[in-house]
Amino acid sequence: MSITVYVSGDSSAISIGANRTAAAVVKEAMQRGIDINLVRNGSRGMYWLEPLVEVVVNNERVAYGAVNPTEVASLFDADFLNGNAHALFLGATEDIPYFKKQQRLTFARVGITDPISLEDYIAHDGYRGLKNAIGMSQADVVKHVTDSGLRGRGGAAFPTGIKWNTVLNTPSEQKYIICNADEGDSGTFSDRMIMEGDPFVLIEGMTIAGLAVGASQGFIYLRVEYPHAHKALNAAIAKAYEAGYLGDNIQGSSKKFDLEVRLGAGAYVCGEETSLMESLEGKRGLVRFKPPLPAISGLFGQPTVVNNVISLASVPVILDKGGEYYRDFGMGRSRGTLPLQLAGNLKHTGLVEIAFGMTLRELLYDFGGGSATGRPIKAVQVGGPLGAFIPESQFDTPLDYEAFAANWTVLGHGGVVAFDDTMNMAEMARYAMEFCAIESCGKCTPCRIGSTRGIEVMDDIINNVDREKNIILLRSLCDTLLNGSLCALGGMTPYPVLSALNHFPEDFGVDA
Amino acid sequence: MTESTITETVQTIIAELKDKQGALLPILHGVQDALGYIPSDSVPAIAAALNLSRAEVHGVISFYHYFRDTPPGKHTVHLCRAESCQSMGINALEAHVKAKLGIDYHETTADGQFSLEPVYCLGNCACSPAMQIGEEIYGRVSADAFDDIINDLGA
Repeated sequence: MSITVYVSGDSSAISIGANRTAAAVVKEAMQRGIDINLVRNGSRGMYWLEPLVEVVVNNERVAYGAVNPTEVASLFDADFLNGNAHALFLGATEDIPYFKKQQRLTFARVGITDPISLEDYIAHDGYRGLKNAIGMSQADVVKHVTDSGLRGRGGAAFPTGIKWNTVLNTPSEQKYIICNADEGDSGTFSDRMIMEGDPFVLIEGMTIAGLAVGASQGFIYLRVEYPHAHKALNAAIAKAYEAGYLGDNIQGSSKKFDLEVRLGAGAYVCGEETSLMESLEGKRGLVRFKPPLPAISGLFGQPTVVNNVISLASVPVILDKGGEYYRDFGMGRSRGTLPLQLAGNLKHTGLVEIAFGMTLRELLYDFGGGSATGRPIKAVQVGGPLGAFIPESQFDTPLDYEAFAANWTVLGHGGVVAFDDTMNMAEMARYAMEFCAIESCGKCTPCRIGSTRGIEVMDDIINNVDREKNIILLRSLCDTLLNGSLCALGGMTPYPVLSALNHFPEDFGVDA
Repeated sequence: MTESTITETVQTIIAELKDKQGALLPILHGVQDALGYIPSDSVPAIAAALNLSRAEVHGVISFYHYFRDTPPGKHTVHLCRAESCQSMGINALEAHVKAKLGIDYHETTADGQFSLEPVYCLGNCACSPAMQIGEEIYGRVSADAFDDIINDLGA
């Protein structure tokens, strides 16, 4: 019988050599006449251990990492196929503390299954949520989602059930489900990991959404920077069609749901839902005025659910185990789990899915292991380029939407980027303005013009030209952006800028 | 590629995709995938097929950073400039890359081998700094690693 060996096919793992390691494993096994079955799984999300090599021993997965191609021969010499000792031996994968301490609901299968094997998906509890949903009334499906307390994981944290209910109750011949997979925030990669590591869970979530609100067409708006996710999604969608999980008669229910992946083209603002819909319609990605809400008049003027990848990928477990099961995780009004992404200058970067409520400090040190450079962590930016910079004094804030909002910070999509004390926060504030200028759609004046004026003001501050006066000007400009912009791009650029100024005034050359 | 084969390629792509809902982006992607860029000569045909004005098509092409209307080098280096990569030294790497290739962003080397484009996040933030060449993503890129990659590609 062949032995199954797992080497991640996740694009981040590949970016640090997983393909070369996988090829070395295959070659070495062949040379030694050993029959192995190599599975390219998603990543377990422990990137400092990638390329991770796993093998099944006594029905348990044991891991070796990080395995460079040059070390593969020595793994075979040590008989790793029987789980024997080696310098890179990590023990049972699921006993690695970083993994063991997590509560994986949305990511339950990622790193475990073969991502594009429908059989594997079903064998690991896949499509149980859809099966339940098919047997329920539409209102009951929506009720489960409402009861779960799930809030939009894209960043805005709007209750998903309320959005679905609006679409359900807006009569129309045609409704749409859009998955916002334009994961443009720096420091975030959980959407990518789901799409590459368990694409069926997203397809199932969207299918349930379609049945729940009466939408027969879904689009995944995927950023063009994710070619690996594109391939995985298309492969999984093709299999779902073949097996009757998509199409005209889903699992004999006579219900219809079609799904197609559409590629973005490198515009950050298209992660904003109305801009995204303009883009899907084939236009420039200009932000629309709201109202009307997309739930009432969205894509092509029809009622449309727009949800983030993680929101939709959390739906199958909710429909499988019930809204209450999911709601029992978390704190306050932040229910369930949040897949956090540890990025930037941290020793142990990766994915941590855990119930809301842990503090930022625990996340950074217990999971992240402190900075990669060994220097003190000066600040972290949570929630992408529009998130505030958080100083050490606020590291005890619990990971909870409301607790973050109370500090004038955002949890957003759960991306956490750490910076050590060599970073100059005035430079980061300038970059925030520059990013806004590059990515502004140009529709509203505060964002279009204000961002460019912001770069100029920051340059003057950095170069000590009328510094005191320019600080006042910067605050005034941020006030205009904050209150006068049409969407979050202009409206939240002041978060990184002002948090940098307020918490690190010395970097701006002014007294605290 | 000759002018007539370019026209033919564009026409084939238009015919295949024009009936999709919101067909413009799929068509532009199709053309850029096939040719490496979207020739300005192809704009009238695309506009006519979708009942749009040339200005509208041009407006869409110019809105999106990814679309280009000039041929790229043989390899396009997409260097991530976003925060996570900054925290791990992209600014120093960026200076090295520009010096090594002898070009700035949005430029192509004189021998036509390499184009350089900034990108704002490749989703490889756990392995910063990151870059993409073609469909290959590279993580934890050092100056030496960059030189090796470029040399392997035939600089």
